[in-house]
Amino acid sequence: MGGARAILRKDLLIELRTRESVPAMVLFSVTVYVLFHFGLDRDSLDGALASGVLWVTLLLAAVIGVSRLFAAEREQGGIDGLLLAPVDRTSLFVAKAAALFLFLSAVELVAVPAFALLLLGPGLGGALPELLVILVLANVGVAAVGALVAALAAETRARELIVPLLLLPLLVPLLIACAQATEPLMRQDAGPEDLGRWLGLLSLYDVVFVLLSVAVFDFLLED
Amino acid sequence: MPALPLDEAGKYVAAAYVVFVALILIYVAIIGAKIARIERQITELVEDDE
Amino acid sequence: MYSKGLVPLAAASVVTITTAFALVFFYAPLDADQGFVQKIFYIHVPMAIVALCGFVAGGWFAIRHLRSGERSWDMRSYVAIHLSIILGLAVLVTGAIWAKASWGHWWLWDEPVLVSFLVVFLLYCVYYPLRFSIEDPDRQARYSSVFAITAGAFVPLNFIAVRLAEKYTHPRVLSQTGGSMPGEMRLTFLVALLGVALLFVTLWKLELTAKHASMQLKRLRNRARVAA
Repeated sequence: MGGARAILRKDLLIELRTRESVPAMVLFSVTVYVLFHFGLDRDSLDGALASGVLWVTLLLAAVIGVSRLFAAEREQGGIDGLLLAPVDRTSLFVAKAAALFLFLSAVELVAVPAFALLLLGPGLGGALPELLVILVLANVGVAAVGALVAALAAETRARELIVPLLLLPLLVPLLIACAQATEPLMRQDAGPEDLGRWLGLLSLYDVVFVLLSVAVFDFLLED
Repeated sequence: MPALPLDEAGKYVAAAYVVFVALILIYVAIIGAKIARIERQITELVEDDE
Repeated sequence: MYSKGLVPLAAASVVTITTAFALVFFYAPLDADQGFVQKIFYIHVPMAIVALCGFVAGGWFAIRHLRSGERSWDMRSYVAIHLSIILGLAVLVTGAIWAKASWGHWWLWDEPVLVSFLVVFLLYCVYYPLRFSIEDPDRQARYSSVFAITAGAFVPLNFIAVRLAEKYTHPRVLSQTGGSMPGEMRLTFLVALLGVALLFVTLWKLELTAKHASMQLKRLRNRARVAA
């Protein structure tokens, strides 16, 4: 796993230095909140509407992150260099998925409080621990699927089109689980409801896609 | 929920079944065209050979 | 090699489907709630089931392709997915017709089968642009297989998720619970299912035969050109 750690460190250093992906994703999220304010003509949301707006925004922001996941390698012709190095594909997958997980977490650190500030009617306080659990599980799933889709689209000419078209349908089960789990947390009288069922679905999704991506990643980015 | 009168319901059912049958026919027609093209190219090849 | 057994298979499909149609309109009883409109069930649901199996089969062939490296498996996968997408479109159209006839709207979000199919259909539509935007044929086959496996694993997960999200209060309009289906209906349904399944395999073999012949022809022409 040393190779994975090295790639991960490189990606994190690049992001810290260039600050391209994460700030863009945060900015995008806040912009989308503003769009929803005007589009829905609402000052404050709660319940299912709030949950939906938050999660759709986060997933759309994730699309940006996924599109840029292999950007550094592409721009410097680095993909070939990575393949020549003694790093196996599984390590590459783990590194990229971990990077995406950390980026998403960083984005949510700002985007979720921003949502609470701008659009959420009832406060976040009561249901924060549950929300954190949902966010972490969601990030694992998005990271695994996102790394896989990024690699799938890495070599195609129509990359910017393929990533959203591929990623978003694949994320539908995850969206269902997260939106349903978060909805009771955003009501006026906040409190988890049916949480076990949705966390179960989320965990199943995560397990399936992590295992699948690891199994299948070997066949990508080969030359 | 009351069932539609037969003549009205019939339109919808017919439409659904027509979709199904049309699909099959169109598909077979496309494959048929493809095979015709292949046969044409084979005869060309055979003629070139002679 | 793919055309082995094609003619008897085609004949069996035609016979089974004709029998199914006859059963639907002359044997199966009229549904108490939905009346004549319910007859759409006998093609809508079999097509849905066969399409789903087709997608999963596409994933299975893709696994065989990645493990063996033989491109023939990729071709089988491609055709299975291709046919299932077409069937999927038919499922959505007949589902919409059924919804309009029985509920007055062209679409129902309450129907988990229909909604799941929409998501699955949207996903698999990306198969074509993904596949054909990769020029290197070897890489094209490999990446398509990865997609087919991912999407194949996604299909059951998606169904589970959409089912779970179904609101408990809305009755299932377009479904027919297996338990309460009278024997005549069940028999008709099974014959229809068999007919659509046979049809799928027939068309699958047919397209594979055509593709295979086309590829061999291309190879022959290249060789002829080189020799000339």
